[in-house]
Amino acid sequence: MTDFSYVRSEMLDEKAPPSSSTGLVGWARQNLFNGVANSVLTVLSLIVIYFILAAILPWIFVPTWNGTSLQNCREILTAAGSVGEHGASGACWGVINERWQQLLFGFYPDAERWRPILAFALLFVAVIPVLFNMISRRMNWVLLLAVLGVGIMTRGGAVALVIGVAFLAAAVYVAFKMFGTSKGDRALEIAEGAKRLPNPLIFSAIFPFIAPWLLWGGSVWVPIGAALGFLIGYGVYRAFVGAIGSLGALILAVIVPIVWWLFLVGSFSSLMDSILPFGLEAVESRKFGGFMLSITIGVVAIACSLPIGIVLALGRQSDLMIVKALCVGFIEFIRGVPLITLLFVASTLLNIFLPPGTNFDIILRVLIMVTLFASAYMAEVIRGGLAALPTGQYEAADALGLDYWKAQRLIIMPQALKISIPGIVSTFIGVFKDTVLVSIIALLDPLGLNNAIRADANWNGIVWELYGFIALIFFVFCFSMSRYSMYLERKLRTDHR
Amino acid sequence: MSSVQFDQHADRSHMSVSDEVAIEITGMNKWYGSFHVLRDINLTVNQGERIVICGPSGSGKSTLIRCINRLEEHQEGSIIVDGTELSSDLKNVDKVRSEVGMVFQHFNLFPHLTILENCTLAPIWVRKTPRKEAEELAMHYLEKVKIPEQANKYPGQLSGGQQQRVAIARSLCMQPRIMLFDEPTSALDPEMIKEVLETMISLAEEGMTMLCVTHEMGFAKEVANRVIFMDAGQIVEQNEPNEFFDNPKSERTQLFLSQIL
Repeated sequence: MTDFSYVRSEMLDEKAPPSSSTGLVGWARQNLFNGVANSVLTVLSLIVIYFILAAILPWIFVPTWNGTSLQNCREILTAAGSVGEHGASGACWGVINERWQQLLFGFYPDAERWRPILAFALLFVAVIPVLFNMISRRMNWVLLLAVLGVGIMTRGGAVALVIGVAFLAAAVYVAFKMFGTSKGDRALEIAEGAKRLPNPLIFSAIFPFIAPWLLWGGSVWVPIGAALGFLIGYGVYRAFVGAIGSLGALILAVIVPIVWWLFLVGSFSSLMDSILPFGLEAVESRKFGGFMLSITIGVVAIACSLPIGIVLALGRQSDLMIVKALCVGFIEFIRGVPLITLLFVASTLLNIFLPPGTNFDIILRVLIMVTLFASAYMAEVIRGGLAALPTGQYEAADALGLDYWKAQRLIIMPQALKISIPGIVSTFIGVFKDTVLVSIIALLDPLGLNNAIRADANWNGIVWELYGFIALIFFVFCFSMSRYSMYLERKLRTDHR
Repeated sequence: MSSVQFDQHADRSHMSVSDEVAIEITGMNKWYGSFHVLRDINLTVNQGERIVICGPSGSGKSTLIRCINRLEEHQEGSIIVDGTELSSDLKNVDKVRSEVGMVFQHFNLFPHLTILENCTLAPIWVRKTPRKEAEELAMHYLEKVKIPEQANKYPGQLSGGQQQRVAIARSLCMQPRIMLFDEPTSALDPEMIKEVLETMISLAEEGMTMLCVTHEMGFAKEVANRVIFMDAGQIVEQNEPNEFFDNPKSERTQLFLSQIL
């Protein structure tokens, strides 16, 4: 008879893992050389990478930054001894040196370029409180004031200098109040400051009115009038919600501002302009170009497509037949049509259908089309997130007595959007890259400018340098978005799988 | 069939039932498409009653209690909860839902919110309770279900039994007059069933009106003052627990009990 009865008399202590599985050696062993096949692959990959870099790096690192033409570049390369089988070999960076400003700004007037730069810097200040919660309120205001100060000073001139210095002084004042505590308890100070200072999201909310004014210029009263429309809508809603119920007030709050924007804003702004004229030099849309144009279209499409996409996705899931049919019809139609078709409609057909004499800005038309296009895709991505939620979540929200909108806002959307982050960011990246399609309707985005530059006799024949430069800048933006999405996914992960 | 043993001699005589009607269901019928799931249901529940509903799967017991807070719509008959009739009027529905708590088989906690936020969400957004007060209330009920120390964790970090107790606390935070339990222990490991049932018993002892779909017959014997047996969408038999288990009248009930006990 076997005796298998056994009782452990003492529990074992924890031991450190063997040294071959930790540290650099352990890592390399686990990831690069665990087995014959993996080791061979590692070595082969290293060889391939070496050959690629050996071919590319000498091409990149050549002293042609000051070349004045392709011919001149070749002379520089030959002089430097960088000669291959077919004559001089190496990049001709002179074209980037001469034209990078054009690639960034198109034909935007030189003297006004501080405006798109300021708008771009302000964009970051505006999105930081939306995207991150790691910098304090006060820090955000300091940043805003500093950016405004520097941005205005770069305009040049005495008045701009005075205003810029005033902003910088304000920034220093706000910052000093944060750092200048005697007790040194900064966390407490920030917490107190957070109470006193207004929420930086206020600036995020008014940025959409500041940015177009900076870019297109004109009277300051136009963006103020446009912003007033929203205030009017809110006021109408608050005034009538008691009398005619929330739905009626909501409808009024949509109609009244639309009437205001369509018929009254023009006279309002010209009236105010005659009383208190203040504005920037107007810049026409056809002078827009380069990455400034891509970023303008991309940012607007990204910012607007998310809320529109959410509404469409909810509409598609709605029990109301007509709402559902409208949303499905819109999504399927837009997704079923190539973006280029929509852009052609925007650039040519729309003019035929609009009443003669209507001046409907070409960039505005493109913005609307790209936004609608992105919204349709966004709606489907978000619908995927909604579909991934267990019905139990809806039931639990219902059972607690939350109404539809509260349940959506507090329970459903936070989870659905979190699930859809990879898809949403993919769509964002896709939309941003799709903005180069506007070159087809003769807008001078980076690719359109690229063709124009290559038509110049000096640079005729250059391909890689220009495309490489454009690709690099696109890569920086797209890669940043991708990294942000990963950061966000990590931050929002609460399921602890 | 797992059956948890409770203190058989506990004095539960103080768990009285009032004459006040909490739920009144008359002539209720429900169809899923052409499938007749609930057939002529008549049921009156008094304030303070503890009712256990049992029956084979597909008999309509879950559907019945889900009709009481209108997670399911009924097509015929009437359901009156605390004097409010359930109809397509959304205001009535929201009113009933805020007074009727529900605990689900799969807990349905909100995974993106902490335990405390799960518990304070409805009081803050439905009852408009100030945040601080709602948090105090939530901590009170989390202490009651014996997990106040988990308040700042996320549901995914808790065991099944703990999650179900949080779900109960979340419902209680709305201070409901009626609690519905839809197989609250069916998705739990045997070790965790008891901790949830004990929470439910303490709730019953405080006089909460409870409707509970469960297969825990030990719980039914100890706590319920009425057991309802359903089959094929109808109420086949209802009785007080001792009579129901010792002396079932209907053949269908006898068969069911012989299979599970």
